[in-house]
Amino acid sequence: MSAAAVEYEPVIGLEIHVQLATRTKMFCGCELSFGDPPNTHTCPVCLGLPGSLPVANARAVHFGLMIGMALGCELAPRSIFHRKNYFYPDLPKGYQISQYDEPLCSGGHLGDVRIHRVHLEEDAAKLVHVGASGRIHGSDASIVDFNRGGTPLAEIVTEPDLRSGEQAREWLTLLRTTLRQLGVSDVNMEEGSLRCDANISVRPVGTQALGVKTELKNMNSFRFIERGIRAEVSRQQKLLGEGGQVVQETLHFDPASERITSLRSKEEAHDYRYFPEPDLLPVAIEQAMLEEARAAMPELPAARAQRLEQEVGLSSDSAHQLAFRADLGDYFEAALSAKVDPAPPAQALANWVAGDLVGRLGGDDGEGAGGGAGGDPNHSRVQASALAALVGLVSAKRISVGAGRQVLDRLVAEGGDPLAIVQSEGLEAMDGGEDLSAIVAAALTANADAAERVRGGNAKAIGPIIGHVMRETKGRADGGEVTRLVNEQLGL
Amino acid sequence: MIDRDEVLHVARLARLQLSEQEVQAMTGELSAVLDHIAKIGELDLDNVSPTSHVVEVTGALRPDEPVASLTREVALAQAPAVSGDGFLVPSPQA
Repeated sequence: MSAAAVEYEPVIGLEIHVQLATRTKMFCGCELSFGDPPNTHTCPVCLGLPGSLPVANARAVHFGLMIGMALGCELAPRSIFHRKNYFYPDLPKGYQISQYDEPLCSGGHLGDVRIHRVHLEEDAAKLVHVGASGRIHGSDASIVDFNRGGTPLAEIVTEPDLRSGEQAREWLTLLRTTLRQLGVSDVNMEEGSLRCDANISVRPVGTQALGVKTELKNMNSFRFIERGIRAEVSRQQKLLGEGGQVVQETLHFDPASERITSLRSKEEAHDYRYFPEPDLLPVAIEQAMLEEARAAMPELPAARAQRLEQEVGLSSDSAHQLAFRADLGDYFEAALSAKVDPAPPAQALANWVAGDLVGRLGGDDGEGAGGGAGGDPNHSRVQASALAALVGLVSAKRISVGAGRQVLDRLVAEGGDPLAIVQSEGLEAMDGGEDLSAIVAAALTANADAAERVRGGNAKAIGPIIGHVMRETKGRADGGEVTRLVNEQLGL
Repeated sequence: MIDRDEVLHVARLARLQLSEQEVQAMTGELSAVLDHIAKIGELDLDNVSPTSHVVEVTGALRPDEPVASLTREVALAQAPAVSGDGFLVPSPQA
């Protein structure tokens, strides 16, 4: 890039749709279901039959208030529903009941991203496209399953405070953990209970005005969101860099080909003609509802991180790592409270949970934690108390770090008791007695060159000597003790 | 006042196909309605909150308890076209 070229910075805002974990739909008593036979959970209200009347679900409002509290929003004492008018076969009434200029929650923030608003609405039905290609284009007919139609959704809209796809993914992970802690949603992207759109524009670095934005729709994993945003940002940067212009449109990102395609043509630009839903009364938030929501609030990730740092004494990084992945935080706290002797220091335990254990279980970004048990240590064979006992043994130098890792391999594969494994495998640490001294002496003889260089002041040359000792002792020797003996025997 | 283009735009959004005669009639009638509503703007309403609903009742919420749904047979019986266990519709982007 030449010095004169303008640099464009990405400006990204997110819209997140969260299916609320109520028992029934937003405006009728049909039970929510995932995976039930099509069209077995419908009634005149969610089919949009004439003469039917919606009534809002009190628990959906309750969940909406909890989300608002968690995000530090201002909760409207009175909010109303609007009709958002458009025609699509998944919307039987010809409008979606949503909220417009008087949403349940306004303002707020999560981490360093400001929240614009949170409102309640109903989900659309599911369309299955039939036809030769099986894809939406060129198919001649569609089949509608209304089971999902009318499911309560909270739509969370951020301010355009994000600057990269990576930041968006990290922030969404925090949001999902927060929502899961609240218990308001399953937040499962595969089942569609968490869906995300991104509004993306770029602007010359240093300017404030927003550029023309595009909307990247319905990306169904955090990884795709990150890649989709990155692809769209570079498309816009390239376009503007070549003197072109960004056109406001809705886009689809195909993760397989990394290609971005336009979803809707311009003449169908959004014009929803919102007006107040006359069939629903305004929702007045009474004191009792606020108190009920407040009483139901659990400890949230940000507060947990603060507690782990200040009260448990973890480093800031560890505290955030554990707090922002609730499964790790829960596991860590269960291990910390286990009665084991010797007891593990908290920071060492945190390092083993977030490092060695997670590394062995996979799923280090928490992506799998919503669906299967992928990466969740609570579902592994390693009991929290077993890890506590193991870290206790390592920290007390009863076994070496290397031996500890061997024991952990066994625990991950088979479960069991660390002390029993240590004893049956003969992994107790060697003390600095005669045996270890003799092995160190042999290692110095076998690595005479390295020994000479260490003696000459090259501390890094000690590697092969320590490696030799570790091989001979099957990792049971304590690294610090070996170093001490090497230096001692070399007269350093 | 509403002009002819706006009438055609609204008609398109509502999926209405209007004849030339209807477009002219609608332009006149809708303009009359809007002009009438615009009269409200002549009043000093600074201290009046908007009336989205004509009744001053709030708080009608429903407990989150399931009630029986329709059977699929009954639900599908209302549909003009059915395929298997679902409502058959023209493909939205065919």
